Amino acid sequence: MKGCSWLKAAAFSVTALGLVTVQSAAGFADDTTIAVSIPAADHGWTAGIVYHAQQAAKEVEAAFPHIKVIVKTSPSASDQASALEDLVASRKVDALVILPYSSEELTAPVKEIKKKGTFITVVDRGLNDPTIQDLYLAGDNIAVGRTTADYMKQALGGKGDIVVLRGIPTVIDDERIKGFQDALQGSNIKILEMQYAHWNSDEGFKVMQDFLAKYSKIDAVWANDDDMLLGVLEAIKQSGRKDIKLALGGNGMKQMIEKVKAGDALTPIEVPYPPSMIKTAIYMTAAQYNGQAPIRGKVKLDAPLITKENADEYYFPQSPF
Amino acid sequence: MTMTTAAGIGNRVRMMPSLTTAGPFLALFILVCLGYLMNRDFLAMSNVLNVVTRSAFTAIIAVGATFVISTGGLDLSVGSMVAFVTGIMILFMNMVAGDIGLWAIPAGMAVVVVAGSLCGLLNGAIVTLGKIEPFIVTLGTMGIFRALITYMANGGTIPIDASLREAYRPVYFGAIAGIPVPIVVSAAVAILASFILYKTKFGRRCAAVGANEDVARYSGISVATIRTAAFAIQGLCVGIAAICYVPRLGAATPTTGSLWELQVITAVVIGGTPLRGGTGRIWGTIAGAIILEVIGNLMVLSDFVSEYLVAAVQGVIIIIAMLVQRLSK
Repeated sequence: MKGCSWLKAAAFSVTALGLVTVQSAAGFADDTTIAVSIPAADHGWTAGIVYHAQQAAKEVEAAFPHIKVIVKTSPSASDQASALEDLVASRKVDALVILPYSSEELTAPVKEIKKKGTFITVVDRGLNDPTIQDLYLAGDNIAVGRTTADYMKQALGGKGDIVVLRGIPTVIDDERIKGFQDALQGSNIKILEMQYAHWNSDEGFKVMQDFLAKYSKIDAVWANDDDMLLGVLEAIKQSGRKDIKLALGGNGMKQMIEKVKAGDALTPIEVPYPPSMIKTAIYMTAAQYNGQAPIRGKVKLDAPLITKENADEYYFPQSPF
Repeated sequence: MTMTTAAGIGNRVRMMPSLTTAGPFLALFILVCLGYLMNRDFLAMSNVLNVVTRSAFTAIIAVGATFVISTGGLDLSVGSMVAFVTGIMILFMNMVAGDIGLWAIPAGMAVVVVAGSLCGLLNGAIVTLGKIEPFIVTLGTMGIFRALITYMANGGTIPIDASLREAYRPVYFGAIAGIPVPIVVSAAVAILASFILYKTKFGRRCAAVGANEDVARYSGISVATIRTAAFAIQGLCVGIAAICYVPRLGAATPTTGSLWELQVITAVVIGGTPLRGGTGRIWGTIAGAIILEVIGNLMVLSDFVSEYLVAAVQGVIIIIAMLVQRLSK
């Protein structure tokens, strides 16, 4: 087996050398293979990941006929590890774009693929060993909290009482909350209470009903994900309360972007942690096989404020999310 | 789940709620008193109505589960089933809304009730015809229903057609004579179910099958028919719960109803129905469902539980409620 992979590596470097000279002639089809390994769609955000990965695959293949993009979804970490083995067993993979289920379980399998000389792009969740990745691309969860807090300070005039709905206890949730709290420091905005609602609309509805029962005056609500915000908005609507001036979410669900576009009073802005980042990663990875664009390094997508003016940039009406 | 308890069938069949079944109500009463001491807003009319309304889904589904569990069965698929039939209902209503307008809502209700019953029937048929443990069968269908809703939604959301949204809202948010519709529906379901379970031949047979399958068989009861029917009733209840659920958020998603099966089973057991079967206590189940919702509500209304410890405190209260229920016998 060892000798075999040696041979492959040798063959690969010969091809790679050849590429530089022959590529402009565009003589050969399916010359380069990019494999994309992502979680299966099991909630809104991962559904967005799958959608954007498939779109990117189509677009890249149409634009560069010599690049083939294979998208493989997996329902769990162990499935993803097996899928990686299958992907490289049957064909030569020049680059792997992976959004790992978990850092711990996927580090070793990706390292194996790296040994074959495959270019590794890691998206969103880092591996335990950062030396494996050639390109790392992620959103900024701290900025999601910070951008929201900055807007809230300005919109509420620097003072007010707010409640916060957290997601599932994870690093993602902690970072968003930290960015939010840090940005609020020094203002007179007081967080009355935070509760976990597990990024779930039904739980968001319940927790918001209880907040409304407990506090007679709430100036603003932040649900750190749009799924929860759906439930929050229903609870506010049912209560008929007029004291709530803002109900903000995060991630960039299309229903919420639609509200921003329509100039909704409660939800006038949105902050993205966009699943379209997988598309950015696939495009960047493909760039080096067409033009000669060096792309090794770390890329952090910011979480800019989405307002009525720039909402179209983040609006994907065909996406399930 | 074959039952081999020594006790005879007769003394296990509860004809009517008696003093010994007061446990869950006692637990609920204590919880309500505690809640009032912690926060006076707890007994505000709007809060009480919110909480009881929210408990309606669990309550309605748990009434069905009381039938299944009293026959010695178990249904783990109810949470996924809610999501699946909700998805079917919304897709159907959106499809016909253009042609029949608001009639799509009653048509959708009919569809979801039939869909739920068929799902339950499927569970029951596999359990009885295939002679497989209900735990395994419904674990399987739990995955199947969950995958189907995810597939139908592409992993995203299936929202109800905008033209139906406002007209359908009152089924969750509206009230009949001041009582929210979901409470009226769950009360009706419970009254009908307690009549069936306590007053009909079928109800007594459910308990008999759960108490001792062999004895039931020797006394001429078709065990398979009774069990299958119990699963079908469970499915029917899931369909009815879906009718009240859809107007709340107006959408089905792959996370709809996640872990509801555990809520439901907990409600049934807190309510005094033993997991080994042989007895079913409908009103206890209703109290159990309300207890679970009250606990969640109290976690937010009280000030001294850290958000990190909510689940732990909930667990402790559930166990204490169980003990109150036991000790009051």
